[in-house]
Amino acid sequence: MRDVAPRPVTVIGGYLGAGKTTLVNHLLRHNGGRRIAVAVNEFGALPIDSDLIEGADGNVLTLAGGCICCSFGSDLVAGLIDLAARADTIDHILIEASGVALPGAIAQSLSLVAGLTLDAIVVMVDAETIRARATDFYMGDTITRQLTDADLVVINKTDLISTEARAALQHWLPAHAPSARVIAANHAVVAPDIVLGIDSAFVHATTKVDHFTRAFATESFEFEHIVDADRLAAGLADPAIGLVRAKGFARDPLLGWVTIQVVGQRHHVTAAPTLADPSGCIVCIAHGRRLDRTAIGTLIAACRPS
Amino acid sequence: MSITIYEAGKIITMNPSRPTATHVAVRDGRILGAGSLTELTGWGAHTLDRRFADKILMPGLVEGHSHVAEGVQWRFVYCGFHDRTDPDGRVWSGARSVDAVVQRLDEANQKLGTTSGPLTGWALDPIYFDNRRVTRHDLDRVSTERPIGIMHASGHIMNVNTKALEMAGMLRPGVNHPGVPLGDDGLPLGEMKGPDAMTPLGPHVGLDRGLLSADEPGLRAFARLCVRKGVTTAADLANLLPKPAVEMMERVGREPTFPVRVVSLRVLRGASPRETIEHALALKQHSNELMRFGIVKIVVDGSIQGFSARLRWPGYYNGAPPGLWYVTPEHLREALELALQAGVQVHTHTNGDEATELVLDTLEAALKKHPSNDHRFTLQHCQLANAAQFRRMKNLGMCVNLFPNHHFYWGDEHYRLTVGPERAERMNACATALATGVPLAIHSDAPVTPLGPLFTAWCAVNRQTASGRILGEHERIGVADALRTITLGAAYTLKLDGEVGSIEVGKRADFAVLEDDPTTIGGTHLKDVRIWGTVQGGRVFEAATI
Repeated sequence: MRDVAPRPVTVIGGYLGAGKTTLVNHLLRHNGGRRIAVAVNEFGALPIDSDLIEGADGNVLTLAGGCICCSFGSDLVAGLIDLAARADTIDHILIEASGVALPGAIAQSLSLVAGLTLDAIVVMVDAETIRARATDFYMGDTITRQLTDADLVVINKTDLISTEARAALQHWLPAHAPSARVIAANHAVVAPDIVLGIDSAFVHATTKVDHFTRAFATESFEFEHIVDADRLAAGLADPAIGLVRAKGFARDPLLGWVTIQVVGQRHHVTAAPTLADPSGCIVCIAHGRRLDRTAIGTLIAACRPS
Repeated sequence: MSITIYEAGKIITMNPSRPTATHVAVRDGRILGAGSLTELTGWGAHTLDRRFADKILMPGLVEGHSHVAEGVQWRFVYCGFHDRTDPDGRVWSGARSVDAVVQRLDEANQKLGTTSGPLTGWALDPIYFDNRRVTRHDLDRVSTERPIGIMHASGHIMNVNTKALEMAGMLRPGVNHPGVPLGDDGLPLGEMKGPDAMTPLGPHVGLDRGLLSADEPGLRAFARLCVRKGVTTAADLANLLPKPAVEMMERVGREPTFPVRVVSLRVLRGASPRETIEHALALKQHSNELMRFGIVKIVVDGSIQGFSARLRWPGYYNGAPPGLWYVTPEHLREALELALQAGVQVHTHTNGDEATELVLDTLEAALKKHPSNDHRFTLQHCQLANAAQFRRMKNLGMCVNLFPNHHFYWGDEHYRLTVGPERAERMNACATALATGVPLAIHSDAPVTPLGPLFTAWCAVNRQTASGRILGEHERIGVADALRTITLGAAYTLKLDGEVGSIEVGKRADFAVLEDDPTTIGGTHLKDVRIWGTVQGGRVFEAATI
């Protein structure tokens, strides 16, 4: 068997018109060198902007930048098995769920396919219609189940609602998406590192601010001591710290070098190759307010095994 | 242009102006008339065929909802609890315990000898083994070398052995899925529930999804089974109908000895509503006498026993979440509006009453925009509809095709677990449909339950569960109504009632040839009526030699 690290999978859920397809195209345009495979329910209404399409090979569209798009019809798992088989040509998988799909159920299906790992469930909501949808006679419970599953909720089309309505929505959402961090966007323009995870190359680089991440506060933390990695990951995912994303490398007394990843309240620790640089480093991203450097520094220090 | 006049012990015509006859005259595969020999000789020179002189003829039976894949299943080892007849006429006795299932697979494995390849079974139903879970360890008793898989009767669960799990890369810790129960060792037990969990295993145990659609041998086997069950027209309810399949069906349908008319519906899947409606319209041009295309099927929700049917308040009896939507209301609306505009008929799969309500609401709105006097859009399964919904169906011009076989196979489970006593007794409300005037068909959904309209009629007449409980006496229907439902009733839902469904002048010479009279044998024995074979388009097919 090939020795390939599991490929991260982002599930993008949300109802019709919320902007899932727009987000997918945005991420393809700004993939930051990631070779993204997009898995879509069907080709019926073509989900990829035509200028990104370079060719077609059976049920696979080849896209700019080494990306591809496949339709899985009604058989998601078969599509994922096909994608896992070509993992060496892919860095990241995006699943664009259908409007009625429960993204949490899709995430559970990932464990059926060796070589894939869930990175995050991102649910897009239409700022104008989400509250009405959530009480719709037929679709209400499907919409609220989608929100419940989310690690990250992107409120899209915020330019179409008033400031008051936006504030009300910000107040309403946490009760319906209790596991999620909520961010706002227009035209589904969201920093790729927020949706897809922080690129490893940036963890050790100087703090990175591109034009998409301006709305976010990004800080990196270096530390030379070993840490209890599980404890640190869980601490960074605590809603009280309020991070949208975090990623870093650290030395754990039992596990050795590990990668720590956090998205909203979801966090995981996986084995990492030994690093030349002996110090640990974590990049943290928070939304819309200053990062609490002190709280994070205290947390890192507290995770030093006694 | 020769005329054959068949003499029969009795001809049940379904034509109210002459409900029975002794003779039927056939020319060019169509009926010149049913009546007395004297009346029919007026048509001119004829041959009198007396081979049915001691038989009962009734209109060829119409199965309004089945899948040609029934013909494919019989390549596999039958593991069902109840006795069942295969296309060759062999009656497979039921396997009444897990040990019996293992023994049957063991025999099949011995026959395979040293040849490679998987061993595949089907129709397992552990409900009848007190829901004892079948595990990979049970199947490992048959073989640890050969991958083994068994599909459950419901089609929603599969059991596999250790070898199959290994080959699929699933014999590993870390599988975390509600459809994959784990053993104490953290490894999958080999029971794979739901389409997602089954998909990785299917190709390794001979149950690839693609393979289960209609291939040519499967279509031929299905047709032979139809002859055995007196069926001359059968609907194939969910086919993607790719070009090679359509060409194969057209070709087979033109063969002079192919014995059944197949109405194959294009399912809305993998394409937009517009593309699907356009495909159905284009396919209509490929229809011939025996292969009919042009209807669209839309799956709206899941199944009741899988807890994925959309139920209205108060939901499932055991408190399970209210099911899953398989289509958005927006796509459903688009599809129904386009279909009404294009004159394409739509059949919708709705098991739960909320899914049914969505179709009623959506069609009501669509009909205001695109009025249609005779659309005959049909609710398929529609098992939980209440009286108010039947009244709406009537007002909107809809048909319904109910699923009484569920009462026999899963009625006890519906009573105890899924929907509870009151709704279990109301399920598949055939009597309400008839009283309300909704055009009614009843079906088997073969291979989910066995093909056999007379058995389905027995289910509708008796509503008896496998344990013997009568589930909803009030919704039982009479034998005459049941017989009309499995002929003219089903034909009406396929817009074929002008061609088939009764024995009268001008219609196709499609007959079910019976040894017993279903109108006198008694409702409790309807399923025991012996079937000699069929006449299809004037061609005689004997079950014993098919």
